[in-house]
Amino acid sequence: MSQKGRPNTLALGYGRGKLEIRQFVRQRESVVFTLLFPLMLMAIFGSVFKDTIAPGVTFSQYFVAGMIASGMVNSGFQQLAIVIPMERDFGSLKRLRGTPMPVASYFIGKSILVLVSMIFQVALLLLGGVLFFGLHMPSDPQKWFTFAWLVLLGTASSTALGIAFSVVPKSGRGASAVVSPVVIILQFFSGVFFIFTQLPSWMQQVAAIFPLKWLCQGMRSVFLPEGFASHEVAHSWENGKTFLILTAWLVAGLIISIRTFKWSRE
Amino acid sequence: MPSSCSSIASPDVPISRSSCLGFRPLGWFLRGLISLFFPILRAQWQDWPMSIIEVRDLRKSYGTNFAVDGVDLTIEAGEIFALLGPNGAGKTTTVEILEGFRNRDSGDVSVLGIDPQVRGDSARDFRDRIGIVLQATSDAGDLKVSETVGYFSHYYAGAKDPDEVIEAVGLGEKKNELIRSLSGGQRRRLDVALGIIGNPELLFLDEPTTGFDPEARRAFWGLIRSLRDAGTTILLTTHYLDEAEALADRVAVINKGRIIEVSTPTALGGRATSQARVIWEFDGVMHEELTNEPTSVVSRLAREFDGEIPKLLVSRPTLEDIYLEMVGLTNGAES
Repeated sequence: MSQKGRPNTLALGYGRGKLEIRQFVRQRESVVFTLLFPLMLMAIFGSVFKDTIAPGVTFSQYFVAGMIASGMVNSGFQQLAIVIPMERDFGSLKRLRGTPMPVASYFIGKSILVLVSMIFQVALLLLGGVLFFGLHMPSDPQKWFTFAWLVLLGTASSTALGIAFSVVPKSGRGASAVVSPVVIILQFFSGVFFIFTQLPSWMQQVAAIFPLKWLCQGMRSVFLPEGFASHEVAHSWENGKTFLILTAWLVAGLIISIRTFKWSRE
Repeated sequence: MPSSCSSIASPDVPISRSSCLGFRPLGWFLRGLISLFFPILRAQWQDWPMSIIEVRDLRKSYGTNFAVDGVDLTIEAGEIFALLGPNGAGKTTTVEILEGFRNRDSGDVSVLGIDPQVRGDSARDFRDRIGIVLQATSDAGDLKVSETVGYFSHYYAGAKDPDEVIEAVGLGEKKNELIRSLSGGQRRRLDVALGIIGNPELLFLDEPTTGFDPEARRAFWGLIRSLRDAGTTILLTTHYLDEAEALADRVAVINKGRIIEVSTPTALGGRATSQARVIWEFDGVMHEELTNEPTSVVSRLAREFDGEIPKLLVSRPTLEDIYLEMVGLTNGAES
């Protein structure tokens, strides 16, 4: 047999990413839902809470930060922790395991899917926010830089944690029942739907362990005026701390994924 | 009855590893000699007979349950080898150890000269040379046939042409359809396409025709035979005895974690030499006779009836009869 040399891990991962996106796009309902859901939520919350939180800060402005942050949790953590157990049940993971495809290519493919759907989701949310809800976009390039690393790091750790968590649901069918409550509770605790400083302090402390709270806070540093930092719990945006905590979660997620990933049910 | 393809099977002579080691230095010398010249010999004769799979005293237990309890197996290049056995007999565990999905407790296993338990780059090399068709999968419904097969071809260093493979499994017309729209049999053909896209030297086929209608099964068997004829060695596990009979060059019956017998489908359990059953009708009543000489019984009857024998039937035990008897005996012996 002619050895053409071993196919490249990155190239295979890129190819898998394209395949994953193609599969995702063909499920129209879920595409529409994933992309429009954050906008719908913003419309609902925006019409319920009309007050301004601080001078020049509308609830929509506050809320968009939380929506972008939880978008990362939804398209990474939630989606993967539900889809991977289903793929495991279908036997597709075991089939991949029986091929020479490197494990890393599978993970790279999933990451590409999450990142691409995240980018579309954020773009649509910002566009809708500006058009319908009077959202102010930051003009400072520094803020856009923060925004970029937050999206990348947040998506990466959310992806890694989703893959890590995929061993928890026993079956694909039960996966969403296990995963969704985790996400929803985390969203309430982390100040996605409410103003974080108005939550009871024990809730704030629980939330501070998990990445979502830090993602929300980081996104607020992008979308809210500089002066609003004094309204935060620590009276500061704490972006350095956010960076460290997200990185720690990313590393933990990667280690757990590599150690515990299951290719078949048993 | 399907035409039993009893091509002359490779003789079931286990290659004994210890036989030449009575005198150790001589054994080492011979081994050295063989390993020196073996590559040259192989290059000289491409079809140098070598075992594709060799298993010696394989054991695997889950807690106190000995799923595989000392299995020996030799599978030769170019044969279709069927592994038969009831559920829980150790079939799946054995095959999954050979595929590299499971680690063994003890024993020697060599698949294509490689220990399937290897990890890392060697595991990739191993999987590059085998193909696995698992029990029915139901994934990737939103991809087209051509997309899936095409993408799987990238995984392998020496993959076949995806279009040719799709054509070979009879899905040419379904190429641009979504997998979701395929029937059960067509999906199974796709599974085979994905199993053979890497041009494997060894193909594992697990319950390939479960849920097929009879016509689709026949067509599928043709596909499997053509793979064998093209040089692929095939390890088949199946519940269907007629399938084993139609396809396999050799069969092994496994029960309680042990191989009971390895033989050709026609000779398993002394089938070829077992008594024949002659059945006929006389005075509206069915008669039957068990005999070692069915021909003479029939000619006697022909004389008695002076011509056509009413409702004559001569049969030997089917593979299923033999198999059920073998499995029943081993079960009885232990309970």
